[in-house]
Amino acid sequence: MKSSTFKSPYFKFTIWWAFWTIVGTILVHKFNYSWAVSFTDAAITQLDWTIAGYCLNAALRYMPPSPKNFVNVLAFSITVAAIFTFAILPYGMPLVMKYINTPLNYESFLEDSIFVRFVIGWMQLLFVAAISWMWYFLEEQQQNVKMKSDTEQLARDAELSQLRQQLQPHFLFNSLNSINALVVSQPELARKMIQQLSDFLRGTVKKDDRQLVTLEEEIRQLSLYLEIEKVRFGYRLRSEITADEESRKCVLPPLLLQPIVENAIKFGLYDTIGEITISISARMEDKNLVVSVKNPFDPDTSIPKGTGFGLNSISRRLYLIYFNNTLLQTAAENSTFTTTIKIPQL
Amino acid sequence: MIKVILIDDEPLARSMVKEYLQSYPDISIVQECDNGFDGVKAITQHKPDLIFLDIQMPKINGFEMLELLDTPPSVIFTTAFDEYAIKAFEAHAIDYLLKPFAKERFDKAMQKWLAGRQSATPVVTQSFIESVAQPEERNRVVVKKGSNIVIIPVHTIHYLEAFDDYVKIHTKDGFYLKKKTMSYFEKTLDPKEFVRIHRSYLLNVQELTRIEPLEKDNHIVLLKSGVRIPLSATGYSKLKEILGI
Repeated sequence: MKSSTFKSPYFKFTIWWAFWTIVGTILVHKFNYSWAVSFTDAAITQLDWTIAGYCLNAALRYMPPSPKNFVNVLAFSITVAAIFTFAILPYGMPLVMKYINTPLNYESFLEDSIFVRFVIGWMQLLFVAAISWMWYFLEEQQQNVKMKSDTEQLARDAELSQLRQQLQPHFLFNSLNSINALVVSQPELARKMIQQLSDFLRGTVKKDDRQLVTLEEEIRQLSLYLEIEKVRFGYRLRSEITADEESRKCVLPPLLLQPIVENAIKFGLYDTIGEITISISARMEDKNLVVSVKNPFDPDTSIPKGTGFGLNSISRRLYLIYFNNTLLQTAAENSTFTTTIKIPQL
Repeated sequence: MIKVILIDDEPLARSMVKEYLQSYPDISIVQECDNGFDGVKAITQHKPDLIFLDIQMPKINGFEMLELLDTPPSVIFTTAFDEYAIKAFEAHAIDYLLKPFAKERFDKAMQKWLAGRQSATPVVTQSFIESVAQPEERNRVVVKKGSNIVIIPVHTIHYLEAFDDYVKIHTKDGFYLKKKTMSYFEKTLDPKEFVRIHRSYLLNVQELTRIEPLEKDNHIVLLKSGVRIPLSATGYSKLKEILGI
């Protein structure tokens, strides 16, 4: 409330008027006129300039600096200054002055000083124009900066939600196909898988990246996923999860591990023919939660590109949340591919 | 008796097809395979009339497996990936079943195939499969050498050479033959890595050590392996453009 009072143009122009009135009063007083006469003279003269300045300021909001507008400002300020000094002041001032004790020579003083008053008024208007333009320029800059940061935030949110939604639909369709096969032969197992799939899907919806979850919760979600995948791939897929108590309490963005494990399963299963084990291990390393996912691969036939194996979206997600490009690391050693993510703990 | 082979890496997916096939008494499933390697062996051995084929499978995918067969049988694709449907039909698949599929949909595919059998049998030929080329997946080439299946990552290829109806794929371990055309490889390999330097040669630019003049206007390239291969005039200008000289 208070700050908006200070920001209002009326307040600013009142201050402007008061300031120049003081200056003007002192100036007129130097010509040996009483404080009352000096003040009245300065206040009225300055009221003219302030009103003209206010109009100019308001008009300039819609007139950005340009050669054409510069000429407009010159013309406007000269015209207004001329009208106010030559047409209004000589007739207006005596009307007020007659209510106070005015010396006889005042009228000739007014007449003699009229041209000086015109020049001062005109200069003041030009000054108002310069300040207004600077003011509006700064205001626009600030708005641009704010708009830019708002836009970036929006884009980041949109990108994050899009990256999160990259749950492979194939997983869903293949799972449904498995259930379809189980319905007749093993109805209990079919029912169990439907339950697991539902729990898993429920865990994937309505997640916000900024709402961190504990590793414990993330592992629970991951286990559901692994159980479903094990029904699909049968004996070929095994998994092991190791996480100590300390790391289980750590927090991380939701659904971050699932795509990494999905990736590990995909390359583990499609790159080899036998049984595979996906190992997931979590530990604390100086205030970071470190999770590694290992899968076997065939070094002779697969060519990991870049960060390797479609992990780019996870790397991007981590960057958008933590502004750090080094949180996802991959390593291919012998025939084991390791994906490691570091989650800073605050 | 109609011989059928099921090729899918998910056991439950195979059991689904098996269950649906129970209503076709004269069909016998001669083998089930959970990868493309076994698939090639089983098809060569049993010469089935029809196969049910998944696309995403260990080691080699369904399309790569078909490439390895001299006379591929009729194919019905079964997959959860709808993005391959067009390629599958280009490969003259009988049908393309999207998992999970209903018995009615499955029966429709079977009727289509049975009706086709009475008239001319649609066969998958190499040229059909060629149009199925997946440029984005061409980071490897699958070939058969004797009874072995070899997966060649493209970066290990030194150069390719036209050889009658085949293409010789030269690597550090010698060459492999693949029944394809040079233009097929030219189209599917990364043009920044492989340059057609001659009507009969496609060169991996990584393997190049130097270009040597040979008579006037004629050049020859020397590879890291010490092999020299001819360079045509257009090949020379293409190579210069790629290398930025």
